[in-house]
Amino acid sequence: MSLENITFSKEERARYNRHMIIPDFGEEAQKKLKAAKVMIIGCGGLGSPALLYLTAAGVGTIGIIDFDDVDDSNLQRQVLFDVHEIGKPKVEAAKRRLEALNPHVRFNLYNAHLNSENALDIFKDYDVIADGTDNFPTRYLVNDACVLLNKPNVYASIFQFDGQVSVFNYVNAKGERGPNYRDLYPTPPPPGLVPSCAEGGVLGVLPGIIGSLQALEVIKVITGVGEPLSGRFYTFDALNFESQTFNIKRRDDNPVNGKNPTISKLIDYEQFCGMRAVEEKPIKEITAKELYDWQVAGKKFQLIDVREPGEYEIVEIGGELIPLATISDHADRISTDLDVVVHCKVGGRSGKAIRELEEKFGFKNLYNLKGGILAYIDQVKPELTKY
Amino acid sequence: MATVIIPTPLRKFTNQTAKLQVAATTVEEVIHSITLDFPDLKKHLLDDQGKVRSFVNIFAGDDDIRDLQQEKTVVGESTVLSIVPAIAGGTSF
Repeated sequence: MSLENITFSKEERARYNRHMIIPDFGEEAQKKLKAAKVMIIGCGGLGSPALLYLTAAGVGTIGIIDFDDVDDSNLQRQVLFDVHEIGKPKVEAAKRRLEALNPHVRFNLYNAHLNSENALDIFKDYDVIADGTDNFPTRYLVNDACVLLNKPNVYASIFQFDGQVSVFNYVNAKGERGPNYRDLYPTPPPPGLVPSCAEGGVLGVLPGIIGSLQALEVIKVITGVGEPLSGRFYTFDALNFESQTFNIKRRDDNPVNGKNPTISKLIDYEQFCGMRAVEEKPIKEITAKELYDWQVAGKKFQLIDVREPGEYEIVEIGGELIPLATISDHADRISTDLDVVVHCKVGGRSGKAIRELEEKFGFKNLYNLKGGILAYIDQVKPELTKY
Repeated sequence: MATVIIPTPLRKFTNQTAKLQVAATTVEEVIHSITLDFPDLKKHLLDDQGKVRSFVNIFAGDDDIRDLQQEKTVVGESTVLSIVPAIAGGTSF
């Protein structure tokens, strides 16, 4: 990284003055920050404080990857966002907030799922990767991509009241490479032992603490100031307010960079972990009774029937027929303004249709008729033909 | 008595106890003792072969027992054993 061409405007000098006057930091370290490109994986609880502090600190280029939209359940801990951003893509909402904080930083946005196909390409232009994701498949993906690309991975993770931080795959001034995530945890927990949704959750301030420590380590890795948390593993127990720093080492049997590596390219991490990287959001549902109430009240909505024509001939309840197999071809016939109820015989195909429409076209106004046309006949119109 | 620090996700199996005092001379004996007292801990700590699971790290003092003598690592009166399982985030579980 050449610092010769890095200069600061009068405004930047004023902004970064409290950095530059630290004797062991100075203009040199600030120049390194400005020259640096940092990739933040995940724009949630950890990404929020990390992004705020790294932006404020004056990192020159920050990449942000997240596929999600801001949800009201995020605001308890994701301090980047406010109520006006609910429903908007996180990366765009983040950029608006961060640009207002520091206009001297350049942001590259990736509103996408990180996966084995795109990770190497996205990471290759960055100096430091900061992993703040929320699932095991992406943890191993980020780790392996960093090892294959020879980049430091500043790791932070949280669960309920516990936090963890380390710096993986860091090469020190002597050229010695530190351990990575697979040295610490060779394999993920089997899905049955991962706490379920109901048992999960996280105390809102915890990612604020741990994400700030992550930002601290990113700054140390970039600037070379201090001793990065390489070869060490920090844990924080918020309940008892106890922290520990353990020693960790590289292992000969590490499959990515041990003595006999068996992984030389990115693999299928969902298969490796036996779990999906992205938990599917539940599809919105409407009961037959609620649908009937809408009809009686004269509410304006659209009803789509995704069964086959032969089934439609037997019995129908006034829906527009678009069989499941052709749903994407006819997406233009589906309203984006009105509420749309989608049904089939018992609710399975209509669920698939809704998932497809949401994923491909971003529909947010679709409701699955619970129990399908059979439930509607049972509960509302028993005189119709059942099949 | 060695001290064992139970991580918060596993405290529901130890009646919410964060620190256990165990009379034992090796890590193996410590694990045996706490899984006898709290049987639900066992499947979270040990695999079917009775080995410590690879997503559960046990540190004796500041060091990973894999860098010492694994389960045979000797524990003394003042040894603090920390059990630290992999965690991956709070939102998608």
